[in-house]
Amino acid sequence: MTKVVSVRDVWKCYGKVEVVRGVSFDVEEGTTTVVFGPSGAGKSTLLRCTNMLLIPDRGTVFLRDVDLMKAGRKIDYYRSRFGMVFQHFNLFSHMSVLDNVMIGPRVVKKMPADQARLVALEALEKVRMKDYCKHHPSQLSGGQKQRVGIARALAMDPEVLLFDEPTSALDPELIGEVLQAMLDLAKEKKTMICVTHEMGFARAVSSEMIFMDEGVVVETGSPEHFFTNPSNDRTKRFLSRLTDLYGRHEEKSESVAGKK
Amino acid sequence: MITYVGELLEGLLVTLELSFIALAIGMILGLAAALARIYGRKPLSYLANAYIELIRGTPLTVQLFIIYFGLPVLGVLFSATLSAIVALGINSGAYQAEYFRGALESIGRGQMEAAISLGMSKRQAVARVVLPQALRLALPSWSNEAAYLPKYSSVAFLVTVPELMARAKVVIAENLRPLEVYLVVGLIYIATIASISKILDMIYERYKFTVE
Repeated sequence: MTKVVSVRDVWKCYGKVEVVRGVSFDVEEGTTTVVFGPSGAGKSTLLRCTNMLLIPDRGTVFLRDVDLMKAGRKIDYYRSRFGMVFQHFNLFSHMSVLDNVMIGPRVVKKMPADQARLVALEALEKVRMKDYCKHHPSQLSGGQKQRVGIARALAMDPEVLLFDEPTSALDPELIGEVLQAMLDLAKEKKTMICVTHEMGFARAVSSEMIFMDEGVVVETGSPEHFFTNPSNDRTKRFLSRLTDLYGRHEEKSESVAGKK
Repeated sequence: MITYVGELLEGLLVTLELSFIALAIGMILGLAAALARIYGRKPLSYLANAYIELIRGTPLTVQLFIIYFGLPVLGVLFSATLSAIVALGINSGAYQAEYFRGALESIGRGQMEAAISLGMSKRQAVARVVLPQALRLALPSWSNEAAYLPKYSSVAFLVTVPELMARAKVVIAENLRPLEVYLVVGLIYIATIASISKILDMIYERYKFTVE
């Protein structure tokens, strides 16, 4: 297996608050890594440091052999090799669904319009949103918006997909369709890093899980490890609380996973 | 009455010419100043801020007189019409800058983040994602400026530009009927502003969108 991403001792603080404190992990090609933990644990900040949307204060990230902290002016290019999906979708409000998905290939890859359209349609097809090309984001449900968000990331044909709590802003009945799209991608052996609390999803597709709290990695391991005998007390407490709080979601996502 | 309305309408053409050119100059200056204030490095940002505060802090008449009566002292000579266009343009730019800044700042950080995460440079993200949305959002308040300018441009008569107010003065000097003539002038302004507002409303309806 080859490593696609290596996060090496990444630190990030906002003012005096150290949000991420020396996190390291590797992501193998074609695998799904799930990052979870309580809010304020630094998960989203870590994800944003991974593609240099935020520049780490210390440490670095490797995309294959490239040290991203030393990429200089080419950083925009390397950032385009990551696809990012946001909790609040962040679709471009003034553009149609198709334009949202086309703009990456058009502007960043300088692809001709007809070619970019084909790429965008293919990406939309994958998340079953091809029929909504002409719609505007405000006309879509949250689940549909997030699927367009995934298509927008896919259209750039990235090496790694980053998901930042992609289902946390959704109504419970809309979570399934987004998880389904993510499951499809995992089955296709896309390399993914997902910040999520969907434990059913994690159990179904992740090869590595990372539990974070207060800016550090508390525990890592396979889903089997976490669901059968987590070693750390904090992990145990969090997992049991998660089941209390999100039990219903978990069943839902498990049933989605179970269908496959 | 018919005899002098033609004369007034000729003045209206000059008024419109002043207003539209000044509005365009103001838009370029205003956009540049707003972008410089938000995205520019410190010195550029300060410069934009100084421009906005200086212009908003002084009366348009003072600005116009400095350009028309003051600059010739330094050897810079503008015609009356050009002086008026430059003064109105610079003046409008400072106000437009604030409309654009407000709109630019109201675009959520997530839009910029999404654009950058696709691999766009900051410049591309502003040009392709933030600015197109900000311009649409700014339109309703910006149309204030388009409605003000034809009225503000009446100060140009102080430096002998033959616009609507100047023509009214000439007409009154001949027929000695100030009440009637100024009422007609008022009607002409109202009709003009109403048309401009209507056109801008139509543009806004066409391009408006719902913010995520």
